[in-house]
Amino acid sequence: MAYDKFQVLTSSAYPLPTENVDTDQIIPARFLKATERVDFDINFFRDWRYNQDGTPKVDFPLNKEIYAGSKILVGGRNFGSGSSREHAAWSVYDFGLRCVISSAFADIFKGNCLNVGVLPVQVSPEFADTLFAAIMADPTTEIKVDLPNQTVTLLATGEFESFEINSYKKENMLNGFDDIDYLKNIENEISAFAEKRPF
Amino acid sequence: MANTLFDKVWDSHVVRKVTDGPDVFFIDRHFIHEVTSPVAFLGLESRGNSVVYPARTFATADHNTPTINQHLPVADPLSANQLDALENNAAKHGISHWGLGDKNNGIVHVVGPENGITLPGATIVCGDSHTSTHGAFGAIAFGIGTSEVEMVLSTQCIMQPKPKKMRINVTGKLGIGVTPKDVALYIIAKQTTSGATGYFVEYAGDVFEDMSMEGRMTVCNLSIEMGARGGMIAPDTKTFEYLKGRAQTPKGADWDKAMNYWETLYTDEGAEFDAEFNYEASDIEPMITYGTNPGMGMGVTKSIPNAESLEGGVDTYRKSLGYMSFSEGDSMVGKEIDFVFLGSCTNGRIEDFRAFCSIVEGRQKADNVTAWLVPGSHKVVDQIKEEGLDTVITDAGFVLREPGCSACLAMNDDKIPSGKLSVSTSNRNFEGRQGPGSRTLLASPLVAAASAVSGVVTDPRTLLTA
Repeated sequence: MAYDKFQVLTSSAYPLPTENVDTDQIIPARFLKATERVDFDINFFRDWRYNQDGTPKVDFPLNKEIYAGSKILVGGRNFGSGSSREHAAWSVYDFGLRCVISSAFADIFKGNCLNVGVLPVQVSPEFADTLFAAIMADPTTEIKVDLPNQTVTLLATGEFESFEINSYKKENMLNGFDDIDYLKNIENEISAFAEKRPF
Repeated sequence: MANTLFDKVWDSHVVRKVTDGPDVFFIDRHFIHEVTSPVAFLGLESRGNSVVYPARTFATADHNTPTINQHLPVADPLSANQLDALENNAAKHGISHWGLGDKNNGIVHVVGPENGITLPGATIVCGDSHTSTHGAFGAIAFGIGTSEVEMVLSTQCIMQPKPKKMRINVTGKLGIGVTPKDVALYIIAKQTTSGATGYFVEYAGDVFEDMSMEGRMTVCNLSIEMGARGGMIAPDTKTFEYLKGRAQTPKGADWDKAMNYWETLYTDEGAEFDAEFNYEASDIEPMITYGTNPGMGMGVTKSIPNAESLEGGVDTYRKSLGYMSFSEGDSMVGKEIDFVFLGSCTNGRIEDFRAFCSIVEGRQKADNVTAWLVPGSHKVVDQIKEEGLDTVITDAGFVLREPGCSACLAMNDDKIPSGKLSVSTSNRNFEGRQGPGSRTLLASPLVAAASAVSGVVTDPRTLLTA
């Protein structure tokens, strides 16, 4: 599933400081029944966004008009734990987000994000706190995520931090390539390897 | 050079290393189910690719299946559609498929080992985070996303950075009423829900050596609940005895050849880990969780800790207790419950039903409790009947349902209603995991049984005789 290229993103951000946000919250299991990848934004954070009668929870950041249209979500520590459902990463993407910033990500969610064109940016706990505080003070404050230079900057103050991404994944994100493109190119090497497997 | 078990298996599956990137990692066995595979097949077909090694992929329906009246058409059209998609995709691409009603059908992480598909030294993936279960056999097994399911279908490889290595040693003898589930929940409580993120865990020490294969599967299954990608245990005589003669294990000379390899699968003396932890069996009690992640667990007789005594955010902790309608300092024993769920890839095996029956035999289900007893597979059902446990279950006022993931994630009709409290032998107590608004207490089959007959959270040791 090739996706758009990711270069430099400047946007306001949704704040979600709760820790250990699991993928059952990002998209509950009862909404995993589709056989096509469409419209996963509808049930993104379903039970945190809506009451059981379907009315929106107005205080939940994703429902606040002031943040609407932001392309970045700043999440609490250990974001995306639990189930391997890629639907969680799809729902992030379908909601219009291209980047999630947190001081720690769960492994599978992080990998899924990279595979669908959402950039997971891991920052220090202190810088995450700086970002949360800045958004609370000014909901329109902008964050610049610069993939070529691997930096994330709070534009209002110029405070920034570098983030890590391996050069293979970085190239993929910059160019909109994915792993299948790479793997299909080395098919012969893989089949030679497969022939030697004992079982 | 001294190598770990993990290094030995991982390194032998690396097709190539990408410079400053992941390893191209070869997959021996790939399980698929109806929820995380349909979009992978769509992707495969839209790119014009085919399934390169169909014999290395195995399909079973489990997440969405009803646990009553499986002989009837599936009522929910969305679930039926996913089950049809799995069946059609498997047929179209020549993949083995155990659908609803098939005698081999059941939860993917139960049927894989049962049928001898899971082997020591193999690499095993599935679009399901509890794939770590198969590590009980000395395999490297972990959950993947749907993009990776497509990668495996179309190339038999994924691109994976090698995780760091952690060893967890538990030594001594477990006390009465303390099960493998309690060992796992104890470790997770110590590590927290994210403590092992970035690591692959090896479990070592006499507690795991003494454990049955079913128990080892329960422990490895829960590795992901502390953030680890997977967990594994070195194969030994018990492993080989479990596997010998199973439907799909190597036979004859192939078995001998496999054994020669499998006997090399252990961590060498002096091999190094990036992190190591030691725990004592005698410190482990029957466990129960009180919050909304599996790391929020404690001995069943303990009281809920104060927020200030813990590491991590106070706000998140209080939000979690607020969801559960619990308060700091509450005792769990004696809390009235509404539901009991015995089953899942964590605790849906024969040993779990034996444990449950050891307590409910000669007792009666409490009137205030609705209980769902869901075996992990048809083979588990057959074994339950062969051992006469079905009679014990019925006599105690319980009903045995048909196999599937069921109320563990409540994709089918087995949903715990909003606000209701359930003692569950499954693996996650996340908000709404067992149905919108449901409240889950994770525990062992013994705690579940003791609570089911008492109607309140109960320490099973009060009902067991030594």
